[in-house]
Amino acid sequence: MTYQNHIAITPQLVADHGLKPDEFEKIVALIGRQPTYTELGIFSAMWNEHCSYKSSKKWLKTLPTTGPRVIQGPGENAGVVDIGDGQAVVFKMESHNHPSFIEPYQGAATGVGGILRDVFTMGARPVAAMNALRFGSPDHEKTRHLVSGVVAGVGSYGNAFGVPTVGGEVEFDERYNGNILVNAFAAGLADTDKIFYSKAEGVGLHVVYLGAKTGRDGVGGATMASAEFGDDIEEKRPTVQVGDPFTEKRLLEACLELMATGAVIAIQDMGAAGLTCSAVEMGAKGDLGIELDLDKVPVRETHMTPYEMMLSESQERMLMVLHPEKEAEARAVFEKWELDFATVGKTTDDLRFRVLWQGEEVANLPIKELGDEAPEYDRPWTPSVPAPALADDDVPQMDVADALLQLMGGHQIASRRWVYEQYDTLIQGNSMQRPGGDAGVIRVDGHPNKGLAFTSDVNPRYCEADPYEGGKQAVAEAWRNLTATGAEPLAATDNLNFGNPERPEIMSQLVHAIKGIGEACRALDFPIVSGNVSLYNETNGRGILPTPTIGGVGLLPDWTKMARIGFAAENQMILLVGAPPKRGTHLGQSIYLRDLHGRRDGSAPHVDLAHERRTGDFVRKLIRDGVATAVHDLSDGGLAVALGEMAVASGIGATIADLNGQDPILQYFGEDQGRYLVTVDLDPQGDEILSLWNQAEQLGVFAPWIGTTGGTDLILGAARPVPVADLKAAHESWFPSYMDGVIA
Amino acid sequence: MKSAVIVFPGLNRDRDMIAALTKISGTAPAIVWHQDADLPDVDLIVIPGGFSYGDYLRCGAIAARSPIMDKVRARAAAGVNVLGVCNGFQILLEAGLLPGALMRNQSLKFVCREVKLEVTNADTAFTRGYSKGQIIRCPVAHHDGNYFADSETLACLEGDGRVAFRYADGTNPNGSINNIAGILNERKNVLGLMPHPENLIESAHGGDDCRALFSGLLGQAA
Repeated sequence: MTYQNHIAITPQLVADHGLKPDEFEKIVALIGRQPTYTELGIFSAMWNEHCSYKSSKKWLKTLPTTGPRVIQGPGENAGVVDIGDGQAVVFKMESHNHPSFIEPYQGAATGVGGILRDVFTMGARPVAAMNALRFGSPDHEKTRHLVSGVVAGVGSYGNAFGVPTVGGEVEFDERYNGNILVNAFAAGLADTDKIFYSKAEGVGLHVVYLGAKTGRDGVGGATMASAEFGDDIEEKRPTVQVGDPFTEKRLLEACLELMATGAVIAIQDMGAAGLTCSAVEMGAKGDLGIELDLDKVPVRETHMTPYEMMLSESQERMLMVLHPEKEAEARAVFEKWELDFATVGKTTDDLRFRVLWQGEEVANLPIKELGDEAPEYDRPWTPSVPAPALADDDVPQMDVADALLQLMGGHQIASRRWVYEQYDTLIQGNSMQRPGGDAGVIRVDGHPNKGLAFTSDVNPRYCEADPYEGGKQAVAEAWRNLTATGAEPLAATDNLNFGNPERPEIMSQLVHAIKGIGEACRALDFPIVSGNVSLYNETNGRGILPTPTIGGVGLLPDWTKMARIGFAAENQMILLVGAPPKRGTHLGQSIYLRDLHGRRDGSAPHVDLAHERRTGDFVRKLIRDGVATAVHDLSDGGLAVALGEMAVASGIGATIADLNGQDPILQYFGEDQGRYLVTVDLDPQGDEILSLWNQAEQLGVFAPWIGTTGGTDLILGAARPVPVADLKAAHESWFPSYMDGVIA
Repeated sequence: MKSAVIVFPGLNRDRDMIAALTKISGTAPAIVWHQDADLPDVDLIVIPGGFSYGDYLRCGAIAARSPIMDKVRARAAAGVNVLGVCNGFQILLEAGLLPGALMRNQSLKFVCREVKLEVTNADTAFTRGYSKGQIIRCPVAHHDGNYFADSETLACLEGDGRVAFRYADGTNPNGSINNIAGILNERKNVLGLMPHPENLIESAHGGDDCRALFSGLLGQAA
């Protein structure tokens, strides 16, 4: 066949590759000539938003990324954090939003596959996964289809691969009608002295291709994921990749087996922009050139062009540089697992990225500049204009018991059991807390009692009202959820989902959210060690709610002392730790307003980071000292919903005393930050509770006794008692009824 | 008491099974790769769960045609105890060591949750740690656990005490006929079980109801 490598590069062709005219001029200036067709494809792959972070880089650099436990921050396949005993936790969160909207099952499945590969590429065996999913309004015509496809896709890949899903989020809002969010998190365990990186070393060494064959699937996927959706969305289906968890599972085992032989010098998985991105990254990081011979690449179909091979996003592929003397041993490992193993190129000392095909050089580009000289934009952004606070007397009234029941059985709060029962949550036998609590907890294999806690959090309503406070809140809530199990929050990964950054008001959201995230991470010593940015989440000019998802990881020195959310027993004191004097005051942007009154107004709640830290440290100490018998942080739905969830998790009721002089709606449904419910098995008249309150007072933390566990009803002050059984029925029924089409 | 765990590519609960056998017997099982020429001389052969060969074609169909299964068949004929869990159960069915078939769950969805099992026959090597009629907790995690057999086979299984475990208390997660969760061969030395006993053997799992299955088999005190 003939391949037209030297075709005229028209402005239309440049635009079709997602490159702006000035970006194309930069390419021409950089290489001193017109690029070939293959080269244009390579540039589009390297310089799109998804791979180059060109709109966000300036701001991402401001995030705190180091700490005493951080072994590897952003810039590698995943972040690496020391957890003692020579072990490290390796983790990252990444979006697969655009493909999942176009083809929910495969889009979500390959999102899970991609993040698992990022983790085991570093030498870590994946031990936990989470998924933060955001869909459009429940009554939107596409929502059910997308929920069922995404959940099945996530399950199909994670379950077959064999990693427990320990947590996540599922949320509905009309602002995701045209752009759903699928943010996949994975964490693995590795020995600190056996972490593998992508930096190639040594000239003239073989570049080896491993895993699945290259096909035409996903060609141009990263470029697609860097553009808005229009009405032509159905035509983009071929840009979505197809996942094969069976191959990925074999690739995992083969890679770990190979790494144990000491054969691996450098390794990089082929994710977005496939062969192009992985080869350039390995060479550029090691100050080496790379020469690829495409005739050696294992292909799934004949007549693939160099352009297609370089841009294919076929899944389950790896690129490695191996010690030459161990190559035979490496090949044997891959043959055992029946995976392709092919020498496809070599490292060179000329800092060029050269691609050969059928005796022709189809690309010859400066390797460092391909990555380093990617355009970087300081895009204009407008000042942040936080939504104004509600008037003091603006407290829409409703019966407290009715409100509680409606929220517990509404789409925001209802149990996600329908979702997580489609995920294998207990494989590996180490799941100590499965989905449904504040954080997922696993024990660390090979250690008597060490555990890791995982959570994923963001409140997009708050971020929309005030991106700075919302960014802070997302970090604080992740930190809080880890703390509520007794874990020490170690580090986080951020998955920043926003609209079109070329619009200054969207850029403003991104800038202010990152500022808020940075502020909170610094105040809480909770560095960001990995992450991903997903922009252009817009359809026909309407953006999603700003959604900077935070995946947090915490360490439990002894998981047998961890706290759970269910009430432990009857007759225990319930303390509202971290409460303001009036318990609850802030109704702006609350679920109570949005879901029961159809209002999206008010300011986002403020997070006092110093108070957050003092409160959390105090709660963690109560857990570790064995004083706290159950712990739950307060979030959506405030005090009432948190109590409802603790009751439902245990089947035990509670009686709460109203605080005189404060509107019950504010007390029970306000979403003030930095609060935890803690139960203790102490004598209310005894010395121990006095000592607890003294400690709290010294820290400046208010921890009022608001009620007592017991009975079969949840009684919120003067409101009518609500049977826990009714709460449970409401909580459990929404999701299955919705998916069965019984309710809208 | 020696055991062996057979590993096919795509299985993923091999590590769970190895951990359970090791914790309960104090000895690690032999791990046999499906291409290994030898199957060591053991008292218990276990085929764990997962997605052998990706569950492509039919669940367990490709693994069942692996040469190692001829050796398993021979050992079973010689009286060695063989346990297949989840995908292992599917492989035993496809290999003809057990009758019937496992179809897609009635819900058409993967299901991972805890169920109740009734010990229907306590008079076997696998169930002697329990009493007949005892109800135990056990987790499930599968997409194709809907057991089916024709009425003749079913009558045979029921009549000969070859139903070892049944889903109890309305917890059947997959629509399987007669609530069947686990069945035995005629000689009762081969058990295929859809739930995952290896994931409920210690307090850290939230209970140890399934420990007795292994301790009974491995000759340990329950």
